[in-house]
Amino acid sequence: MVKKKKIGDLILFIVLCLGAVIILIPIAWMVSTALKSAPEVAAYPPRLLPEKPLFENFAIAWNKAPFTRYTINTLIIVFFNIIGGVFSNSFIAYGFAKINFKGKAFLFNIVLATMMIPGFVTLVPTYVIFSKLHWVNTYLPLIVPMFFGNAFHIFMMRQFYRTIPNELSEAARVDGAGHFYIWGKLMMPLVKPVMATVALINFKGAWSDFQGPLLYLSDRTKYTLQLGLQVFKGQGFTEWNYLMAVSFLSMIPILILFFCFQNYFIQGMNVGGAVK
Amino acid sequence: MQDKEPFLIERRHYMFGKILFKFGVRKQKTRENIYGYIFILPWLIGLLAFTLGPMIFSFITSFADYNMLKIDFIGIGNYTRMFTKDQLFWKSLGNTAIYAVMNIPLVTAGGVIVAVILNKSIFGLRTFRTIYYLPSIMVGVGTYFLWMLLLDPANGLVNTVLGVIGIQGPAWLTDPNWTKPAIILMHLWGLGGQMLLYLARLQSIPQDYYEAAALDGASSFRQFRSITVPLLSPIIFYNLTIGIIGAFQIFQEGYIFSGDGSGKPAGSLLFYNLHLWNQAFKNFKTGYANAMCWFLFAVVMVMTLINQKLSKKWVYEEDGSNG
Repeated sequence: MVKKKKIGDLILFIVLCLGAVIILIPIAWMVSTALKSAPEVAAYPPRLLPEKPLFENFAIAWNKAPFTRYTINTLIIVFFNIIGGVFSNSFIAYGFAKINFKGKAFLFNIVLATMMIPGFVTLVPTYVIFSKLHWVNTYLPLIVPMFFGNAFHIFMMRQFYRTIPNELSEAARVDGAGHFYIWGKLMMPLVKPVMATVALINFKGAWSDFQGPLLYLSDRTKYTLQLGLQVFKGQGFTEWNYLMAVSFLSMIPILILFFCFQNYFIQGMNVGGAVK
Repeated sequence: MQDKEPFLIERRHYMFGKILFKFGVRKQKTRENIYGYIFILPWLIGLLAFTLGPMIFSFITSFADYNMLKIDFIGIGNYTRMFTKDQLFWKSLGNTAIYAVMNIPLVTAGGVIVAVILNKSIFGLRTFRTIYYLPSIMVGVGTYFLWMLLLDPANGLVNTVLGVIGIQGPAWLTDPNWTKPAIILMHLWGLGGQMLLYLARLQSIPQDYYEAAALDGASSFRQFRSITVPLLSPIIFYNLTIGIIGAFQIFQEGYIFSGDGSGKPAGSLLFYNLHLWNQAFKNFKTGYANAMCWFLFAVVMVMTLINQKLSKKWVYEEDGSNG
């Protein structure tokens, strides 16, 4: 019996190793292609590793298009997405979690229902609104909606507020404190972990967003990194070594964030599973 | 202000309450109502401005010939054109349905299987979990380019490896029959995100369940079917719901893999939303695009309802306390 289990574990281990190799090879391929020379990229059969890694490819590729500019643009959008997301959602969720007002249950059901509306349904009419406001070709359409809450994040934060005993806010209320004070001074420090999660999700979302910038930004100097990448490729620069070099560079911030704040990422994922 | 003691309240900490009091709001209940609506006000405004308002607007203009400048009501003209004249409408709907039918079961099953394996005590477990999760944080346009490179028909890595084991690989993104499997292959690579959801749930299943079943002589497969699957079913259901909505949102894959948003080769990457996008933002047929929006909305709602109905048959409810 024990022996059989050991063999089973060994087989499982081997299968997992194989799977891990299959997952890691594409990532390794990306880096190795980035380090290849042009003839090596085109070679058949392809070589796994370049003969002499060309680290200068990263710098060459980066300067083939205004990627520094694109990165700064992206960071501006990311910054406001984080600020907007963290404050609006924690504020709104506090209302749903800690204040008893008329119609709360009904309105919260609407919050949940809006999760089921595919984003594309509102895409066209929202575009019409933003274009009437002359916001097209500015960052406003990519930033302003973030200040009005997001159903998933409101839900996630509400769940978190609910783990904080009501006695705390009620005692403060009895002593005469207002809800703004309770939210800002008492609750904020306690909900920091979930705020970090929202910040990370918004970072990842805004950093990797392609469709939003594609729709709203037409001026090349305003492009984000993702949009810049797509245009870079579309211009016939199918120099795969350079393309992979920039692509890899564009992923590094999120990879670093993930390895530093793994737990917050995972927490954010799990709350999604709590919606049933 | 060093103190976090809730019992040392200063004047400025209840200023808003005082203002309300001055304006004649004396009742505690009324005050709470006002507070409540102030806190959810941003969401309410957002709901009206970015969800309900646009939806109503798009519903009205779906009955018009509208190009963002002039509006000309034509009754159900957009809808009849959509169903009877627009070949690409059916094509794009079919593409999306085929994609959904292939993608959702494969990625869900893959996620569950990997989660179950990674829930066992195996040497190097943490490392494995990180590796399997890694692709789901490799987000952005770069990942798509990476897969275009990997799936190159001639000297891409995938076909080279297939060639080594004696299989003639397909032309993937340049063969209309293989574009959707190519997307699914990429999604299978990135199934770590889903896996994590299942894993979290699996970790909450008490080990005694399995021990008791093993004592009764249940095989591992039997344990999987009778313990793991029922307890995972609420999460699977949640993922199916999100998956259906997500599948009908597919856009980026079609846009980037076809290079210019045309949905080539042979329109095999023209997904519903890509067609919608082209109608709205390339041909400026806003009214028509809005009709397409509403049809999409109806389809997703119907699918979600069916999913919900069917779920009663297989989703396990834990004495109703897990909602």
